[in-house]
Amino acid sequence: MTILDLVSAVLLLVGGGFFLAGTVGLLRFPDVYTRLHALTKADNLGLGLVVAGLCMQAESWAVIGKLVLIWLLVLIASSFACHLVARAALHRRIPPWSR
Amino acid sequence: MEPMTVLNWAIDGLLALLLLWLAARALASPELMESVVLFVGFGLTLAMVWVRLAAPDIALAEAAIGAGLTGALLLAALARLPRGARETDRDEGARGRLGELLLMLLLAGLWGGLALAILSLPLESSGLAEWVAGALDETGVGSPVTAVLLDLRGYDTLLEMVVLLLVLVGVWSLSKVNARPDRQAGTMLDRLTRLYAPVMLIIAGYLLWAGSSAAGGAFQAGAVLGAAGVVLILSGWRLPTALVGWPLRLLLAMGVLLFLVVGAIPLGLGAAWLDHPAAWSGTLILLIEIAASLSIGATLALLFLGAQPEEDQP
Repeated sequence: MTILDLVSAVLLLVGGGFFLAGTVGLLRFPDVYTRLHALTKADNLGLGLVVAGLCMQAESWAVIGKLVLIWLLVLIASSFACHLVARAALHRRIPPWSR
Repeated sequence: MEPMTVLNWAIDGLLALLLLWLAARALASPELMESVVLFVGFGLTLAMVWVRLAAPDIALAEAAIGAGLTGALLLAALARLPRGARETDRDEGARGRLGELLLMLLLAGLWGGLALAILSLPLESSGLAEWVAGALDETGVGSPVTAVLLDLRGYDTLLEMVVLLLVLVGVWSLSKVNARPDRQAGTMLDRLTRLYAPVMLIIAGYLLWAGSSAAGGAFQAGAVLGAAGVVLILSGWRLPTALVGWPLRLLLAMGVLLFLVVGAIPLGLGAAWLDHPAAWSGTLILLIEIAASLSIGATLALLFLGAQPEEDQP
């Protein structure tokens, strides 16, 4: 196992951890806004780390470019989805959770 | 067994079980909203299964159309239902139960027939793959899937596009909708859309282009365009009313029209219908695919709108 493999494995595991935390947040958080917060963290950072981990194993720069592109596209899509869901929730006057 | 083989079996088994569980939950759930979400999950899992079976074309189509756009259409339909109708009525009495029993028997018969058909297939078979590979040169495209869809079995694809168009005609004949949006986009969404729409266009173009040599093609590109249209509709964008009349209709019918026209050309040259002349086949297929993906994208987005946009009052 080379250093590269090790770094790649650590990045993938930490990325997976973000997805796990995001999923737990989605299930456990009290209202739609906080759940969106948890979900977008998994999308953005979790996928970013997974993509970084996969880039370490990539065979060519073209593959790395495609992987990074996938991450950027998901970033755009997730910010869109998050904004639309939050806006629809506000439009229906769902109050943000407060203790 | 090798550790990798065990791992592969574990992943495939997990996916298969997940698929069955999602299907059962989607059918049994009393709340329609839950069913729709489970159905989308089912579609995404199915796309994973297609990837595992090394069929990226079907995986793309399943994820984009089967899970994404069908899910969006179901959610849009759900939003139009009155509140009381959003739960399925489980208690239908003796007659309902008899109907369910009959349905189960029919399904069991169908399943048995399919199982028999699969068991009667020879275990080792190259299928039609060799034949397609042999005819690939005549079609002028590098991807066997695109060659089958647009040349060798072009009739099927043509009919699929006609079906899609007919569905939209059906939706349009039911109701009309005001072309003006019901709410403004707002600064944030406005900026995001301006960033997002051109990027989606480029991705659709890439999928279309990639379709001639790898996974991708008209339906996948059309699905991306349709998804972009759905997001534009959701964030409050509408077509200018001046474009809603014949320009829009032309865009919707363009795919089928071009397919028919190109298919009719060989008739004049003494060949069969849809038998593209080998010399131009690649170019013709690309042309058909461009028109088809634009039409498919527009049709899918307008299906999401769910009614005919009103034209300018003269």
